[in-house]
Amino acid sequence: MKIHEYQAKEILAKHGIPVPVGSVASTPREAAKAAGEIGGKAVVKAQVHAGGRGKAGGIKVVSSADDAAKAAEGMLGTQLVTFQTGPEGVPVRRVLVEEAIDTDRELYLGMVIDGASQGVVAIASSAGGIEIEEVAEHTPERILRVSVDPVLGLQPYQGRRLAYGLDVKPELVRPVAELIGNLYRVFESYDCSLVEINPLVITEDGRVLALDAKLSIDDDAMFRHGDLAGLLDAEQEDALELEARQADINYVKLDGDVGCIVNGAGLAMATMDVIGAAGAAPANFLDIGGGADEEKVSKALQIVLSDSSVKRVLVNIFGGILRCDVAARGLLLAAEAMPNATRPMVVRMLGTNADEGRHILSGSSLDVTLVDDLNQAAEAIKAAG
Amino acid sequence: MSILVDENTRLLVQGITGREGSFHAGRCREYGTNLVAGVTPGRGGVMFEDSVPVFNTVAQAVAETGANASLIFVPPPFAADAIVESVDAGVSVIACITEGIPVLDSVKVVRYIRDKAVTLVGPNCPGIISPGARCKMGIMPGDIHLPGSVGVVSRSGTLTYEAVGQLTGLGIGQSTCVGIGGDPVNGTSFVDIFQRFQDDPDTDAVVMIGEIGGTREQEAAEFIKGHFTKPVVALIVGQSAPAGKRMGHAGAIITGSSARAEEKAKALAAAGVGIIPAPGEIGKTTQEMIGADSG
Repeated sequence: MKIHEYQAKEILAKHGIPVPVGSVASTPREAAKAAGEIGGKAVVKAQVHAGGRGKAGGIKVVSSADDAAKAAEGMLGTQLVTFQTGPEGVPVRRVLVEEAIDTDRELYLGMVIDGASQGVVAIASSAGGIEIEEVAEHTPERILRVSVDPVLGLQPYQGRRLAYGLDVKPELVRPVAELIGNLYRVFESYDCSLVEINPLVITEDGRVLALDAKLSIDDDAMFRHGDLAGLLDAEQEDALELEARQADINYVKLDGDVGCIVNGAGLAMATMDVIGAAGAAPANFLDIGGGADEEKVSKALQIVLSDSSVKRVLVNIFGGILRCDVAARGLLLAAEAMPNATRPMVVRMLGTNADEGRHILSGSSLDVTLVDDLNQAAEAIKAAG
Repeated sequence: MSILVDENTRLLVQGITGREGSFHAGRCREYGTNLVAGVTPGRGGVMFEDSVPVFNTVAQAVAETGANASLIFVPPPFAADAIVESVDAGVSVIACITEGIPVLDSVKVVRYIRDKAVTLVGPNCPGIISPGARCKMGIMPGDIHLPGSVGVVSRSGTLTYEAVGQLTGLGIGQSTCVGIGGDPVNGTSFVDIFQRFQDDPDTDAVVMIGEIGGTREQEAAEFIKGHFTKPVVALIVGQSAPAGKRMGHAGAIITGSSARAEEKAKALAAAGVGIIPAPGEIGKTTQEMIGADSG
């Protein structure tokens, strides 16, 4: 679960990580009041779950309360389009108004789950303010990493090692090392999958501050963080993705026009590749997930059919726990629920009760092409295009 | 022979009284697995299918039945605890089917077992099956498998069944099929399984199914280059997935260039692995490899 910058900063501040003075506003008047309290120069930042805000006009430096109100008015209620959002953008409902900071240095600090070391790694770089992937690609020598033992937690020496590696002034080694330790405690206690402070700045007057903050919480750990559920901003999510998640379906919206419905994440990726190899592009990733019944299959097809860019649908079911006859009846249910939205379907069914499933579909009024294997599915997708 | 599970496997199922646990315990038994015990705290003393004793603790189950392998169906909040319970009871092979375990729980469990003589497969995996020994420790449909000498290792569930289905369709049997799971942190890597297939005299070739995300396939390529002497073919799925979006599996997300499908395929090809060009070609590519190898 992603949360907003202002929410992340509240969490960081609560755990001993300094952030700029500021407050969140949902109206121009509130923004003006916040800027007035700061006095002097301030920054107005659109609160959206996407990076690249600066270039998209989502961050404005202002020098008066009036200007803050104007900047907020220009952002609130609009859709912000950045390189990380779709062309429709994401809605701006709040802005964060903060003191403007004169920075001396911009650093990067992040923590993430690392599959290679099977644990949490802390990553720091003297090249802050830019995408860390870019730094890793072009100047990998500027990336410092330490692996954290989950039993011991991040050790003080590891924080010092990163601080020295970042070449901060001697008097700042201790505060930077402490901040790194505090960030690990946030990571662990909030079950994060990612935390990023980019940039972590050293100000001209020698303070260390989290100028931006990104924090994602492991969805699988939400059961033990009931208090954090309120941080979800559903408006920032793709509506269909949200609907799918509520139905316990793994769905990711993509750019193509071939909708897919598959049981299993690996098989779903393989099915997308089959579509790609046939010269078409998948409109989505969709894994029905375990324990699916007719209703869930029906819901899956309804979600795919709700996407107006879908021109045809490829269904690939390897029956096991999910029987093919159950899947077939689920598809019919969806077609009944959305009679005007059906599209031509290519269906491949194998495994438990596959013949029954195919029989149910071929006896229905749906526009269905039944195929036996993935190569035939590719041919059928080509033919339908 | 086979790896990890065989006719000497004495299986216990943790969560045997739950809906999924009881269903799959029954299917494993039907297939031929020697199911000796179940564990559900609070349900000790009842019998599963009138003949398999259920215990309150894994230690009791091991002491009284000699169970040496555990299949776990415990819900995510309690799954890490269930794994550690089996480790501490001295079980040597554990397969955790549970999907959705908090990743920091997995990190701790994997760290805990690091220096112990136990193999954890999963979490979020379909399990292990050795068709020649009629031993199934997982949720895969048993009837698609055929005894033989090709090992299968995969990060996925149904895609593994797809691979096995294609192999069996061409009369190519399997020694052991292992699904190592789709999470970014898990108990067993491709390398661990390749090591075992190398030492298994009854595995002559391996089919590997990888996907986008992480660098586990590259580690496998390194290992294959230096230490694996049998022929390998590999399919890497997720070529059409965009960067930064998680494709269902928590581990399947492109976070850097090395996580991409083509980079993984390139590393494997450089290690002498035959690359399966499309998901529909798993059986055919394997058949060609075996033919070329024996001819």
